[in-house]
Amino acid sequence: MDFVCNFPPFSIIFCLACGIISSALNGRAAKRLSIALVSLVGVMSACVLAYTVKTGEAFIYVMGKFPAPWGNELRVGTLEGLMALFFSIIMLLSILGGLRALETDVEEARMNLYFVMIDLMMSSLLALIYTNDLFTAYVFVEINTIAACALIMIRANGHTMVAATKYMIMSLLGSGLLLIGICMIYDLTGHLLMSNIKEAIGVLAATGQYEIPLTVVIGLVCIGLAIKSALYPFSSWLPDAYGYSTASSSAVLSSLVSKGYIFLLVKVFCRVIGFDVMVGHKITNILFLFGILGMIMGSLNAIRQHDVRRLIAFSSIAQIGYIYMGIGIGNNAGLVAAIFHIMSHAASKSMLFICAAGLSEVSGGSKNFTDLKGAGYRNPAAGIGFTVGAFSMVGIPLFAGFTSKVYFAEAALTGGEAKMEIAMVTLAISTILNAIYFIRAVISIYTPRNEHFQNAAYRPAASMVFSIVLFISLNLLLGTFSYPIANAIGSGLFMFG
Amino acid sequence: MSRMRNDYESTLWSRIEKFVNGEEPEQTMKRKKKSRASYEQVKREDVFMEDILLRMERREEESFLEKVEEYGEKRRVRRYERIYRILAVFLCFTVMAVLLVTVSYLPPFGNPDNPANNEVIERYIEKGLQETGTVNVVTGMILNYRGFDTMGETHVLFIAATSVTILLLAVSEKDKKRASDRSFEPKNDIILQKAAKVLVPVIFMFGIYVIMNGHLSPGGGFSGGAMIGAGMILYAGAFGFAKTDRIFNGHVIKIAKISALCLYVSSLSYYFYTGANGIENHIPLGTPGNLFSSGLIFFINIFVGTEVACTMYTFYALFRRGGL
Repeated sequence: MDFVCNFPPFSIIFCLACGIISSALNGRAAKRLSIALVSLVGVMSACVLAYTVKTGEAFIYVMGKFPAPWGNELRVGTLEGLMALFFSIIMLLSILGGLRALETDVEEARMNLYFVMIDLMMSSLLALIYTNDLFTAYVFVEINTIAACALIMIRANGHTMVAATKYMIMSLLGSGLLLIGICMIYDLTGHLLMSNIKEAIGVLAATGQYEIPLTVVIGLVCIGLAIKSALYPFSSWLPDAYGYSTASSSAVLSSLVSKGYIFLLVKVFCRVIGFDVMVGHKITNILFLFGILGMIMGSLNAIRQHDVRRLIAFSSIAQIGYIYMGIGIGNNAGLVAAIFHIMSHAASKSMLFICAAGLSEVSGGSKNFTDLKGAGYRNPAAGIGFTVGAFSMVGIPLFAGFTSKVYFAEAALTGGEAKMEIAMVTLAISTILNAIYFIRAVISIYTPRNEHFQNAAYRPAASMVFSIVLFISLNLLLGTFSYPIANAIGSGLFMFG
Repeated sequence: MSRMRNDYESTLWSRIEKFVNGEEPEQTMKRKKKSRASYEQVKREDVFMEDILLRMERREEESFLEKVEEYGEKRRVRRYERIYRILAVFLCFTVMAVLLVTVSYLPPFGNPDNPANNEVIERYIEKGLQETGTVNVVTGMILNYRGFDTMGETHVLFIAATSVTILLLAVSEKDKKRASDRSFEPKNDIILQKAAKVLVPVIFMFGIYVIMNGHLSPGGGFSGGAMIGAGMILYAGAFGFAKTDRIFNGHVIKIAKISALCLYVSSLSYYFYTGANGIENHIPLGTPGNLFSSGLIFFINIFVGTEVACTMYTFYALFRRGGL
C-alpha cells in the first residue's frame, strides 16, 4: 500500500488531535493551529485526489488489524478525494474571511473553544466523506450536530440561543430518525458495512422479502437526512441559525454542514441501499417534489426579507431544494448535477456570508438594506464579492451557479417527461425569483445615498480580501472549467458503488 | 424593484407560511408589543399630577376596550395553537403507528435464522478471545474490532463537554458571582459529610475496579469513569469546592483530560497505522484472564475512564459555579 493511502485516516485523526490540543491553548494559538490544520488537510486531500485519479480505482483502508465486516474501514475514491479537498478549501476561506468579525462576536476567553469546534467539525466532515461504515457515519453525525450547535451559540446573544435551541431540536429529531433507520437496516441485513448492506438489500429487493420494513427504512433515512440538511418543510431552523451567528459560522454551516449530510444521503443512495432500489421505491419522486417546493418557497421567503443575512439564509433553502431536485430526477446525470451544485453553492454561499459581514462592518454593524446603501463603495472588496456571489446564485454565465443550472437542465432532459417539464418550468421561475432578490440586494449596496457611515480610515482585513479573491477565482473556475470537474464527479460516482 | 404589500403579514398565505415555520402567530406578537408600549406610556405620563385622575379614567376605558379587542384575538390564537397541537399529536401518533407496524414485519426476536446472526457475530464470539485477548467480548468488540467508532464516541463526549463550557463558562467576576449557587444551600451538612466520608472511597475503589477490569468483566471506561465522576461530585457537594480544589482544580483536570485523550488518539492511530499497512505492531496480548492482558484495550479503558470522570465533574462544576 502506498503511503498516500494513509492520508485520509491521518487527516481525520489530526483534526481530532488538534481539537483536543486547542482546548488547552489560548485563542490566538488555537486559531493558528486550526488554519494550519485545515491547510494541511487540504494538501493531503489533494494528494489523495491525485492518487485516485492516477490509479483510477477506489482503495480501502482498514482501520486496525481486522478487515471490514469485523472492523471499520474507509473507502476512498475520486469523488471522496474531490469533496475532501473542496470542503477543506471552503473551510479555510470561511475561517479567514470571518476572522475580524469573529474577534468582535466571540469573547476572548471562548475563542479557543470556537476553534476546537472548527477542528472537530472538519474531522466529522472528513469522516462522513470517507467512511464505508454506516455506524461510523452516525457517530460522526453526532459530532457534527453538536459542533454546529456550538458554532451557532458561541456568539452569545438571545437570537443565537433561540436559533441553536431550534437547530438542536430539529437536528436531534433528524439524528433519531436516521438512527432508527440504521438499526432497522442492521436488523434486516446483519451488516453495518455499506458494501455488504448493498449486497444484502439487493437480494432482499429481488426476492421481495421484508418489503415493508425496507420501505420504512428508506423513508426514515431520507427524512432524517432531509431534516438535517434543511429541505424545505423542515427548514424552519435555518434562517435564524444562519442569520444571527457569526460570519464564519454561517459560511461553514451553510456550505459544509448541510452539504455533508447531503453527501451522506448520496452515499446511502449509491452505496448502501442502491440507486435502483431507491428509484424503485419512488422516494426520488418525493425528494424531487420537496426539492421543487423548496426552490420556490425559499425564494419567495427571501424576497420578503429586509435583513441581508436572512435573505442569504432563505436563499440557501432554495439552493438546497435544487440539490434535492437533482437527486430526485433519479438518474446518474441528476446526481452529478446535484454534487456539482453542492460545490458551486458552497463556493458562492460562503462568499456571500463573508461579504455580507464585510458590508455590515462598514454600515455600523447593521444588516438592514436601508443602512447597507452604498456599502459597496465603502468596502469595495466585499461589494465585488457580494456581486459575484449574487450573480452566481442567479445563474449568470461565467459563474458557478450558471453551470450547475445547465447541468440540472441537461439531467432533467433525460429524466422522463413529467419530471422534465416540472423541472424546466421551476428552474425558470426560480431563476427569476433569485434575480428579483439578489439584484435588489446588489442595487441597494451600490446606491450612493447613505453618507452617515463614511469612515475614510476603514481598511478591510487583509485575510478577508484574500479569502474573497480566492472565493471569486474558485467561483470562476467552477463556472468556466466545469467539464473536468463534472467528469471527475462522474467517474467518482462510477467508483462509488 | 417590486413593492411590498403593507398588509402582507395579515394575509392568509402569510399565516400558513408562519404555521409551517412554527413561528408565533401574528396576534400574540401584536399584543406583546402593545402592552409594552402602553407600559412605557404610563411611565412617561406619570409626571403631571393634576392629570392623573383624568388619565386613570381614560386608561380604564382604554383597557376595557383593549380587553374586548383582546378577547377576540385570544380566541383566534387559542384556536391556532390548538390546531398546532392537534396536528403535532396526530403526527406523533402516525409515526408511532408506522414504526409499530414495521416492527411486526421485522425478523422475529431471538430467531437463529435472523440475518443479524451471520459470520460477523460468529467471529466476534468464537475468535474474540483469541484475537483481542479480552474475556469480555463486548469490550473487545467496541475497543478493538470497532475501535474507530468508539474513538468517535469518546470525542462526542469531549465535544459535548466543550459545548457546555461555551454555554456556561463565566468569564468576568460578576458572572462568576451570579453563576455560583453556594449561598443558596446549607453548608457543612453533617449527614452528607459523614456519608460522603464513608462512600467516596468505596465509590472510587469500585470505579477503578470497573475500569481496570473492563476487559475481564462487564463494565469498562465509560461506566467506571461515570462512577468516579459521581464520587467526585459527591465529595464536592458535601465539602464544597474549597476542599476539592486542592486536588481536582481546573488545571489538574485539564491536564488529565487532555493527556488521556491525546494518548488515546495516538495509541489508536499507531494501531490503525500498523494494522492497515500490515506491519507487526508489537503489542503483547498477554494471557487472557490476567489483569495486564489484551494489549491496548487495558490502557484505552483507563484513558476513557479518565476522560469520562473529568467530563462528569466538569459538567457539575460548570452548573454550580460557571467554571472549573
